[in-house]
Amino acid sequence: MREFIDGSTAIVRGALDSGCDFFAGYPITPASPILMAMMRELPPRGGVAIQAEDEIASIGMCIGAVMAGARALTATSGPGMSLYSENLGLAIMGEVPLVVVDVQRLGPATGGATTVAQGDVQFVRWGTSGGFPIIALAPSSIADCYRLTRRAFELAERFRCPVFLVSDKELNLTTNTIEAGEAGGVGTPTASAHAVPALAPVGGDDLVRFTGSTHDERGFLTKDPRKVERLNLHLAAKIEQHRDEIELVEADLVPQARTLVISYGVTAGGQREAVRAARRTGHAVSSLVIQSLWPVPERALASALHGIERVVVAELNQGQYLREIEKLAGSREVVGLQRIDGRLLTSDQVLEAIV
Amino acid sequence: MSPAPVTVTPLSTYRNDTPYPFCPGCGHGPILDRLNEALVALGRDPHEIVLVSDIGCSGLSDQYFDTHAFHGLHGRSLTYATGLKLARPSLTVIVIMGDGGTGIGGAHLLAAARRNLDLTVLVFNNFNFGMTGGQHSATTPAGALTSTTPGGHLERPLDLCATAVASGATYVCRATSFDADLGRRIGEAVAHPGFALLDIWEPCTAYFAPRNRLGKKATTELMASLGFERGLMHQSEAPEYGAVYRAAARGVSAATSVASTLIEPRFRSSLTRPFRLVLAGAAGGRVGTAAHMLCRAAILSDLFAAERRDYPVTVKTGYSLAEVVLSPAPIEDATVAAADALVVLSPEGRAQAAPYLSRLVSGARIFALAGIELTADERRVERLDPSAAPRKLPSDVIATTMVAAVALRLELAPLAALRAAAEGEGDPARMSAAIDAAERLASAP
Repeated sequence: MREFIDGSTAIVRGALDSGCDFFAGYPITPASPILMAMMRELPPRGGVAIQAEDEIASIGMCIGAVMAGARALTATSGPGMSLYSENLGLAIMGEVPLVVVDVQRLGPATGGATTVAQGDVQFVRWGTSGGFPIIALAPSSIADCYRLTRRAFELAERFRCPVFLVSDKELNLTTNTIEAGEAGGVGTPTASAHAVPALAPVGGDDLVRFTGSTHDERGFLTKDPRKVERLNLHLAAKIEQHRDEIELVEADLVPQARTLVISYGVTAGGQREAVRAARRTGHAVSSLVIQSLWPVPERALASALHGIERVVVAELNQGQYLREIEKLAGSREVVGLQRIDGRLLTSDQVLEAIV
Repeated sequence: MSPAPVTVTPLSTYRNDTPYPFCPGCGHGPILDRLNEALVALGRDPHEIVLVSDIGCSGLSDQYFDTHAFHGLHGRSLTYATGLKLARPSLTVIVIMGDGGTGIGGAHLLAAARRNLDLTVLVFNNFNFGMTGGQHSATTPAGALTSTTPGGHLERPLDLCATAVASGATYVCRATSFDADLGRRIGEAVAHPGFALLDIWEPCTAYFAPRNRLGKKATTELMASLGFERGLMHQSEAPEYGAVYRAAARGVSAATSVASTLIEPRFRSSLTRPFRLVLAGAAGGRVGTAAHMLCRAAILSDLFAAERRDYPVTVKTGYSLAEVVLSPAPIEDATVAAADALVVLSPEGRAQAAPYLSRLVSGARIFALAGIELTADERRVERLDPSAAPRKLPSDVIATTMVAAVALRLELAPLAALRAAAEGEGDPARMSAAIDAAERLASAP
């Protein structure tokens, strides 16, 4: 049995199967199908979905709802991400578990509303003031859209921080064939594992003091340098010290390969076909698809780079992740394969770059 | 035996022991004391109360109460309050914001008032930004001196109450921090089952009051000179958003739109390699329906199918393009770099088809609706004319008819698979007529 579905539907299913019961969003191409689906799906399930007055209100409502005990999702695209910026900082500071889908489109500004790009990769990492770490996952197939949405909710609650699902127009709106069950929708979903105590909600038995200002352990404003440092070290360390646990890649490595091709998101599709084609003609090529963009999966990269002389980084921007690979590649040759004309990198283009 | 009587001891205060941090003579402390009196009179469980504070000196307020507290970003307090109240309707949600917050968060104020969610907004209105050095705000009167209007303010002040009333707030009152009945008014606003706004005028003794000689008497006179009303300006009953939302949700069909529609392959295709088609037509011409039908027919025929769409930002005008990949194996690369077949469905699709015409695979087939000129060797173009059918086809099935005919000529999927897929895409009678026409077209010379 097979299924013909798009990434957007797989993300919505992933959220519903994760127990998401709150959604707020604002219409924007190509993220609107998620908003429209959640408006249909949540109310009959006893949840709340709302179209807010703007993107600032969308993420603000989600943060409020999470602090009242809800499990929340929001979805937008580049221009909306710009408006999310200040509240992403609040979610980091207030340690709010929140999943944010960025369905990337071509920027800057309005850019290409119906045009694909992967231009927000560094933006999600550095998208708010202060420079504190976040977690970002990039689905590379429709099955990933489901699976990584589930994982995003788990990570958000485990580490109490915003987790981005970095998708794009083509991944969300292209319909493809999968085997039944690869993107949920069959049987009852298994509950997420909660490795940390559930959040104490506003309205619960313990009085909650939430603040976006630098605060002490009881939630009161402080400028005491020891307390300030302790808070800020904690916000970074809770993610940095668990990099291995967050790390997620699809490694298809060949021991004798001297060339490694790396991509993420929708670009991985062309890469997988290109690698197969290269091997059919006798070229030993290793392939790494990065599913956890942030923090950078350094352990998996170190392992994949072993024995490699040449690295090709394929992406739909001007080398945003290339620079992360260069930091880890030592003296190896690192080349970018890039496209920013609103079209996808095809398997032929990737093949040409790796053989 | 009757159960033992439960004794409820009302709280004598919701304040904690920490003294206020406000300047001498500032109105914030007295307003918060009146808020405390109102909460004592209402007697609600502090675990069911959340104070949502905005930014500025008034944003410090939540720290002096033993209730839940939420201190967010400048101007966004209403958005957090909305999320808190929607997710946990039993909460009493009180928003404390300054005049600065009402300015930067103006869109949220309008939307919250229109929604009539049960929130209470206390505006600590002292006509300037006190915490950041006395700059002008949305409520600064024209002519007033502030640190950013050294020659007198040139803009007119926002009438918060009139704005709230016009936007649909169901309780609107203007008061001052000196009012003897302020505690009662705050209690009224909190108890009101809908969106309540209390615009409380008060002195900023650090900046605005000394610069503009705005004491207790002058504050009242300022209201009169601006023509702003004082006291309860509006109170009405209207459906509360949360209650309306939950009632409406009970009436919504529980049918999910994201459930799996599983397809069981029961036909056979002769395709042994990936086959890439481009369908180029017009917006509103049901190109997506045709592509979807073809993909489902292919999956029914034990193939994998992918459909990638491209279209401009306009809706019912312009082109509509579908790249379709059919393959015996799962499809990773759903793009069409070089097409095995090109189907031009309308004049709008012709320009979009042009780049594909220049990079067709060897032996590729080109199909076009009769009458559409292409920049291709005319001998290579296979013309299809659905209007030649015995009965005129409805325009909304032309694309499906064309694509089904192409699928038959190229033997991508058997007729039965196309028929089964088409009937799932729309009105079965019309779709069946489309497949009948396709069958005739496919065998036409």
